[in-house]
Amino acid sequence: MSEQFEPVIIGFTCNWCSYRAADMAGTARIKYPPNVRLVRLMCSGRLDPTFVLKALSNGADGVLITGCHPGECHYLEQNYKALRRYHLLRRTLIGFGIEPERVKLVWASAAEGVQLAKQIAGFVDEIRALGPLAWSMPSKQQLVAEPSVMEEVPA
Amino acid sequence: MNPSQDEKERIGVYVCHCGSNIAGVVDVEDVAVWAGDKLADEGVVVSRDYKFMCSSLGQEMIEQDIAEQGLTRVVVAACSPHLHEKTFRGACARAGLNPYLSELVSIREQVSWVHTDKQKATAKAKAMIAGGVERVIEQEALEPLKVPIHPATLVVGGGIAGIQAALEIAESGSLVYLVEREPSIGGHMAQFDKTFPTLDCAACILTPKMVDAGSHPNIELYTWSEVERVDGSVGNFTVTIKKKPRYVNEELCTGCGICVEKCTRNVIDGEFEAGLGYRKAIYTPFPQAVPKYPVLDTENCTYFEKGKCKACQLLCPTGAIDFEQTEQYITVTVGNIILATGFDLFDARRVPQYGYGRLKNVFTSLEFERLSNAAGPTNGEIVLRDGVTKPESVGIIHCVGSRDRNYNNYCSVICCMQSLKFAHLVKERTGATVYNFYIDMRTAYKDYDEFYQHVMEEGTIFVRGRVAEVTDAARRSGEEDKLIIQVEDTLAGRQRRIPVDMVVLSAGLEPRRDAKQVAHTFGISCSANGWFIEKHPKLDPIATMTEGVYIAGCVQGPKDIPSSVAQGAAAAARVISRINKGEIELEPIRATVDAHKCSGCRICNDLCPFNAIVWHEDEMVTEINHALCQGCGTCVAACPAGAISGTGFSNEQVMSQIEGLLMFEQPVDLLAMAV
Ligand SMILES: Cc1cc2nc3c(=O)[nH]c(=O)nc-3n(C[C@H](O)[C@H](O)[C@H](O)COP(=O)(O)OP(=O)(O)OC[C@H]3O[C@@H](n4cnc5c(N)ncnc54)[C@H](O)[C@@H]3O)c2cc1C
Ligand code: SF4
Ligand code: SF4
Ligand code: FES
Repeated sequence: MSEQFEPVIIGFTCNWCSYRAADMAGTARIKYPPNVRLVRLMCSGRLDPTFVLKALSNGADGVLITGCHPGECHYLEQNYKALRRYHLLRRTLIGFGIEPERVKLVWASAAEGVQLAKQIAGFVDEIRALGPLAWSMPSKQQLVAEPSVMEEVPA
Repeated sequence: MNPSQDEKERIGVYVCHCGSNIAGVVDVEDVAVWAGDKLADEGVVVSRDYKFMCSSLGQEMIEQDIAEQGLTRVVVAACSPHLHEKTFRGACARAGLNPYLSELVSIREQVSWVHTDKQKATAKAKAMIAGGVERVIEQEALEPLKVPIHPATLVVGGGIAGIQAALEIAESGSLVYLVEREPSIGGHMAQFDKTFPTLDCAACILTPKMVDAGSHPNIELYTWSEVERVDGSVGNFTVTIKKKPRYVNEELCTGCGICVEKCTRNVIDGEFEAGLGYRKAIYTPFPQAVPKYPVLDTENCTYFEKGKCKACQLLCPTGAIDFEQTEQYITVTVGNIILATGFDLFDARRVPQYGYGRLKNVFTSLEFERLSNAAGPTNGEIVLRDGVTKPESVGIIHCVGSRDRNYNNYCSVICCMQSLKFAHLVKERTGATVYNFYIDMRTAYKDYDEFYQHVMEEGTIFVRGRVAEVTDAARRSGEEDKLIIQVEDTLAGRQRRIPVDMVVLSAGLEPRRDAKQVAHTFGISCSANGWFIEKHPKLDPIATMTEGVYIAGCVQGPKDIPSSVAQGAAAAARVISRINKGEIELEPIRATVDAHKCSGCRICNDLCPFNAIVWHEDEMVTEINHALCQGCGTCVAACPAGAISGTGFSNEQVMSQIEGLLMFEQPVDLLAMAV
């Protein structure tokens, strides 16, 4: 069997929901692929887009951003700010010639260990399909521009 | 990575086996040797593995190394920081190292428990430790924030759990604000006749507690009220209470009840009497209500409808009726909050095949409680909907809406016992034939199974199987004018049709319909089902993830009265200990603006949900109020000038951790790329 490509993924979690979902996946012994390495922040609102660029430039093939469900952020509504930055970030990536699909935003409550594990597994497959991140390569056909209208983001 | 640093940190790395929990999947010895070798350039001077790092021997190992090897940073690779961060910080502190100069890397929850490939798991553990090492280098020595605890407490919900909590705290000498949204405290228990398993009368044991709560000098009772808004955090919450208009002046009202008596409007009582009885447009929900002041229901009041009547006002001997009353907002300060808002009953209409709402003599459990209640609409006579006919046969269906994929997967805990209680009451009062339809009989806890045996001896017939349908379509003789219960008797192994006169549906317990909204107001979370999430399911069932907010009773999940009372008392004990201590230590995670770096762009100004960011117009700089900042870091991420730093999660710390996590991957020169 030929060696399949094993992407390296950095995942950002918030202390209150998604990090606890990861804890919960652990306690419940739910299995997911080992390609994701998590960083804990207090809130998805703490996610500075440069963290994502840093991860990609240091060799990550994809970045998973996670936080509490809309309306459930421990700091009330900071995950909406994360959502806005995420949209902006995806456009920035296109500017760099990187597939925007390499960054993904996922909501997971503290109770959703199973869901988080599923999302991680799905994302690993998606990045595996994209192949290693090649900064020097010209933009591929996957790089369809993001639609210019952003999703409606409730305040 | 900071090789140019003159004085490198001296870092100790400790890899835990956690018995076989970690060592079974991760090659911990290899990891420890690897860290000592490959991370030596980063400053790792000691790297060890040990069976149980959290044991006293494991902790002493760290303490000894700090003392003897002069460690300036500690990385422990073990379980989740939510479990043992405090433990290892404590070890550092005991050895004289600032506890915030340590880092716990979760290779159990995030590696050994979730991965199976040993080689890959070991490689991931190494990368995570490298991340931890890089991050810990950037950690700063911090002091915990000490916050004073305001001695008053807010209790929301005046059911048995909330009453118990309020009384315990009031008895200890501290002030309690008890907020209840109905006209009276008491909760569901006030509606019951008897309580299992002892069959003591609910009113007899509940009323004295209600009276105590209503008259206690340390309890300020707000009924017909709701919490509108909560600001601040543990130690110092500012709570806005909305007091709905009763249209009765509480200062003047003596609770004589003349207004109720004289009111000409009869209204079906859909709340307390579960639709089986009547009340007036001005009413107290039940005779023992606390407080005793009536409430005027504007939707059914003739004056509010037609502009005239005012009979109650005319006849009130103290002139207490006030048609001009409006909502009142009261603001109070409290140090801690206990939420005890209870449950809602599952709506039996959602199971159409059981016919509730369509078939006259199908009752819900709450209706049955009122029917059997001596103070209820039938004075405790168990009769059919016509109000006179005694049933000759009664079918009680367990688990309605519970343990059912279509509705709620969980067990509602109390329904088996409550169904047995009903079986006993029917037998005792009517002598009718009683059938209980159950899936499994769940009678755990003290004296419960004995009660079950007693009910069996009384002659109740138990049929094991989930009822398929309740119908009034007679097929054979003996079924005319009856309700027929169609069930697969799984013990007898056959389908049965059992005709009865009355059916009682033991509907399950559900989270309050507004649970999500209430959780949001108080900044806590609900599980997927909607029950409030406790801090730890076993070791801390009454705390939440939010400091200073506690839960008690059925808000946390279905439970019986004894457990609700126990939780109410436990939450109170926690609050009392906090009040006694006078202050609490919090994580010093806060944002700070460097005034010299702030460009005055004001981008951050509107980002803070806690209004912690203040703008100084005169100096054109922004400042953060540490008493209000909760440390989410949103403003830190947003500041284009990099003027805001966040302790505990600084840019340097996160960036270094990312570097460490990817230390052995191929980096790319981003700046070179961008040109
Ligand atoms: C039919 C039936 C029979 C039962 N029989 C028994 C029995 O015999 N023995 C036994 O041990 N257990 C029995 N139980 C279980 C028992 O009812 C519960 O254990 C108990 O009532 C839980 O108390 P609580 O205080 O948590 O909740 P609740 O009794 O629901 O009280 C919650 C209170 O909070 C108030 N509230 C809700 N939301 C708000 C808000 N947003 N703001 C302000 N106030 C609010 C409500 O109005 C209510 O007064 C029975 C349950 C049912 C349904
Ligand atoms: S975003 Fe930064 S620079 Fe702008 S006002 Fe806030 S602290 Fe100052
Ligand atoms: S980190 Fe910034 S945005 Fe978050 S609470 Fe503190 S001041 Fe407000
Ligand atoms: S705390 Fe989880 S996203 Fe804000």
